[in-house]
Amino acid sequence: MIEQEENKQQKNDRIKSRLILNKPKNNEESINTSKENIKIECKDIDFHYGTNHALKNVNLQIMENRITALIGPSGCGKSTFIRTINRMYEHVVDTKIEGTIHLDKENVLAPDYDVTELRKKVGMVFQKPNPFPKSIYENVIYGPRKHGLKNKGQLDLIVERSLKKAALWDEVKDRLHTSALGLSGGQQQRLCIARCLAVDPEVLLMDEPTSALDPIATLKIEDLFQALREEYTIVIVTHSMQQAARISDNTAFFLNGEIIESGLTDDLFTKPKDSRTEDYITGRFS
Amino acid sequence: MNKKIKQKEFIIEKTLLLFAGITIITTIAIILTLFGESFLFFREIPIWDFLTGTTWAPTLKPRSFGVLPLLVGTLMVALFSSIISLPLGLGSAIYLSEYSNKKARKVIKPILELLAGIPSIVYGFFALTFITPIIKQILPQTEIFNVASASIAIGIMTLPMVASLCEDAMMAIPDSVRNGAYALGSTKMEVALKIILPSTATSIASAFVLAISRAIGETMIVAIAAGQSPMLNFNPLASIQTMTGFMVNLSLGDIQQGTIEYKTLFAVGAMLFMITLIMNLIAKGILHRNKVRY
Repeated sequence: MIEQEENKQQKNDRIKSRLILNKPKNNEESINTSKENIKIECKDIDFHYGTNHALKNVNLQIMENRITALIGPSGCGKSTFIRTINRMYEHVVDTKIEGTIHLDKENVLAPDYDVTELRKKVGMVFQKPNPFPKSIYENVIYGPRKHGLKNKGQLDLIVERSLKKAALWDEVKDRLHTSALGLSGGQQQRLCIARCLAVDPEVLLMDEPTSALDPIATLKIEDLFQALREEYTIVIVTHSMQQAARISDNTAFFLNGEIIESGLTDDLFTKPKDSRTEDYITGRFS
Repeated sequence: MNKKIKQKEFIIEKTLLLFAGITIITTIAIILTLFGESFLFFREIPIWDFLTGTTWAPTLKPRSFGVLPLLVGTLMVALFSSIISLPLGLGSAIYLSEYSNKKARKVIKPILELLAGIPSIVYGFFALTFITPIIKQILPQTEIFNVASASIAIGIMTLPMVASLCEDAMMAIPDSVRNGAYALGSTKMEVALKIILPSTATSIASAFVLAISRAIGETMIVAIAAGQSPMLNFNPLASIQTMTGFMVNLSLGDIQQGTIEYKTLFAVGAMLFMITLIMNLIAKGILHRNKVRY
């Protein structure tokens, strides 16, 4: 019993020390919090897959130009939740959603809200890198071209700008017209990020974007997030609490389809209000 | 003990090798017979006359061995049947892999497979007794035996093959790729046309070539519905004779080994073999080039 307590204390300390080590920007941020804008506001979201009640009365505010991490054990609904924001659940049969999601004051779940417009504003990066079986160049311009851009000069510019933002330009600029499937996993994932950025989104949804990558590729993408948060609002689902602690400003903890606790990442990891949150972040269950 | 197992394994391996060897031996035997008899044929008839002559009359006097009428008849059937099988097959494949739900697929796929399993003689009579009267009603100048009717039947027969080969290729593209396109705001049609079709182009091309090759080799349907008149003409409503049709017709009759008619059979057979072999090699070649791997 005592041994267990000690163990827990150790783990807590370890997480805390990690937080302090990796987040030098803390002070500056707490000053800024008053200026935060709500980018996305989810109210009373209930979601069903057939008979499975996957999200139960979920409420969450996502702040503009912040990284919001969604953590929780497998099957807790965090991936389902992220798919409600860009309505990707519509590609799965037999689903039902209730509630509202306001993106800049407009309810994206309203039937007359144009899905194509929504997905132009809200980009998504998936767990497994999924470049199209086309050239690197074609991958990046797929979105802009789809939305009607034809001018070659402009497309070239977008390719360069997007790949630079995704920190991939230097690695691929000499082989833009070779197949994207020839890239490494980490490069493919950054290409997928570039592909999202090419249509000038406002929000980036990331569904465990580094879980299929090696540690070095993961680090590169995490660094990238810090640069991207200047311009975009990022929501990231992650299995790794260390990752959530390292990169996010806000965190929401999901369990069995409910949000147990959400708030500033530092608060949630250092002084969780709910015992279940504490159990999860200290590794009692996963 | 150990020795016994090894002996057993040895026997099993060699037996299986023998089974596999039978197909190879058979193929070699067929090729040897075909080309052996053809060689005898071409000793009597110059190959140039055979390939460029426009009159085909191997059994009537004066004899003439110009194979062009048969070749044109065969190619016409291949062309017109492809007009049916390629677009319909590709369309079905796109529907099955991109649009249909599980329920629709459960109904459509078995029916397509059933279509593929119908014996070609049934298609032949279907063409003669069902398709031909319909064509005749629309275009009264149509002959009873005609290219169009046989081609439609062959088109329907090869459609399932095109559909299933294309669909297999499309289903091999992981859903994660489709989701990537959907997440960028693509519609189903855009995913099908801009992502799925370009990435499966080689498999589709290879399926097309195989279907055409199947149509060239098809025998029963053309023998029943396309007629027996080896005339050089390009009218789809008229009767023709294909290479396969000629071979059936001649071998049904009473021909003696060693005669020129007998050797003609092998010459035409060898030509047919060469054409389908080349088509199949092209299909394989296309497939192996630029194959996308995930």
